[in-house]
Amino acid sequence: MTMGDENRFLQSFEIEGKNFGKAGSISTKVKEILQEIGIEPTVIRRVAIATYEAEMNVVMYARRGELTLNLSPTEIHIEVEDEGPGIEDIELAMQEGYSTATEEMREMGFGAGMGLPNIKKNSDKFEIFSTPGVGTSVHIVLYLNQSVRK
Amino acid sequence: MNQYFHSIRIDAEKCNGRMKCLRICPTQAIRIRNGKAMIIEEKCIDCGECITSCPSGAIIPLTNPFGELSRFRHTMAIPSPALYAQFGREILPDRILAGLKKLGFDDAFELAFTCGEVSFAIQEYLREYKGPKPLISNACPTVVRLIQVRYPGLIDQIIPIDTPREIAAREIKKKKSKQFHLKEEEIGTFYLTPCPAKMISIKQPAEKGKSDIDGAISISDIYSPLLSAMEGLEKRSYRKALESICILGIGWAIVGGICRTLRLKNSLDVSGINDIIKVFNDIERGKLRNIDFIEAYSCHQGCVGGSLTVENLYISYNKILKLIETLEFEKIKACPDIREVRKLYNQKYFFIEGKLEPRPLKPLDEDLGRAIKKRKEKEEIYEALSKIDCGACGSPTCLSFAEDVVRQEVDLSDCIFNLPRRFKEISREITELLEKTAFLNPDRPKTKERIKK
Repeated sequence: MTMGDENRFLQSFEIEGKNFGKAGSISTKVKEILQEIGIEPTVIRRVAIATYEAEMNVVMYARRGELTLNLSPTEIHIEVEDEGPGIEDIELAMQEGYSTATEEMREMGFGAGMGLPNIKKNSDKFEIFSTPGVGTSVHIVLYLNQSVRK
Repeated sequence: MNQYFHSIRIDAEKCNGRMKCLRICPTQAIRIRNGKAMIIEEKCIDCGECITSCPSGAIIPLTNPFGELSRFRHTMAIPSPALYAQFGREILPDRILAGLKKLGFDDAFELAFTCGEVSFAIQEYLREYKGPKPLISNACPTVVRLIQVRYPGLIDQIIPIDTPREIAAREIKKKKSKQFHLKEEEIGTFYLTPCPAKMISIKQPAEKGKSDIDGAISISDIYSPLLSAMEGLEKRSYRKALESICILGIGWAIVGGICRTLRLKNSLDVSGINDIIKVFNDIERGKLRNIDFIEAYSCHQGCVGGSLTVENLYISYNKILKLIETLEFEKIKACPDIREVRKLYNQKYFFIEGKLEPRPLKPLDEDLGRAIKKRKEKEEIYEALSKIDCGACGSPTCLSFAEDVVRQEVDLSDCIFNLPRRFKEISREITELLEKTAFLNPDRPKTKERIKK
């Protein structure tokens, strides 16, 4: 990384597990920051969807979590780490339509089994790590320079 | 820089800087500078919230005065269906239109009929549409502006069917100019508006060069003369009058009216700008993909809640709702012929001319690196502020103040909480200054001693 820290925006946000009333507030904050900086609307929309899904996963399953936005003039890094049940079988969880959501969650319109696939779909780089019983960490990157994008 | 036309003006002489508008503005477009309110043009979406909140009456909606009719050879009043909700239940549209003619318009147009046609056109469009959902109604110009400014990513989901008022004005000009052998510009089309926002969509249409509407007259301005004009009119039977009402069109006056009369299954209706923002946030997160169509109005309850209406918005909402229920019960359908509408639809009769473009806010800096740096500075400044959003600095919130500082529009010392600190600094500076001078210096030789020397 050659970019000096001066041109890097770094901020972390606490996500409360099980607090459905506040769900979505962090992804809105991230969106507003990107808008003020002047990131392209199409990129912002992808970030909005990805961060919202990641935030919802924490709200639905974990005790608590943290979203870190790390922005440079060339890329947006977002890391969402949580303390929660973790994922036993990541490959299975990545399948569209697979969900462990409870009846109540589904009734509220969550847990359609599109969360993780949606995050992957809306990012240029996607990584997920999980330790059952400890927590999950999702790391995504979106490139701001067209030429960098695969 | 007057890039954007706005339908709201602040009278600096009347403004007392009482900050009601500062707090109520949903897009934080107002600042108090030198004791007077001012509008940040690019942020304002003309919702009119500030007009009703101002205790000094200093925020003035720009509408056309009634007297401008004489500029034209033939004049046509095009009342918003919200006008029909302003009077008692027994006063139906036919009587109101007759009253308008008595007031001096050469003719009055039943816009609800065009609204009905547009409802059908929306139905057609929804049927063949394959893109991302939900589609969003463009009936409310403030909602269109909100999307352009704050949700540019949703712009392609705004329905590209033109508004009934624009289609009606366009057709009136064509038809009347032919009928009276006049030029189109000699036909004056006047929209009777429930809100100032319609004014911007006339003066500066979001998607095309020029509107076919020549002016907008406030419903509140015309209310009283219209009331007296209707007094002497001959009464028609209630049933007859009822039979001339297009149920599809009358619903345009209230939120949910389009969805209800079209019987759309997967639709949503929202009113009030802050609630719309919540719903739009959900759309942006990809949450409402199962919804086909959203009817959104900046004013509560829809156009009947406009700031230029007279009747209490719940009463007028109820009047329209009861009217719809009566028409449903009586099975009265004075609506356009759907086959005719389909024919016109296929001829592109209903579609807007141009393309709606986003109007995103100016970023903190044109250079991405510098913008990031400034956003960081904003956060640092914000962290040091009181965060009680007192507004005394003239910015609506501490966060917006931090941004104004970064944009170099205000100084950090404009924050009232920085005053004690500032006083401390000043007093320290004064003490230092005094210490430097001889008076406070204990080592300084006494005057007498000096004389002795």
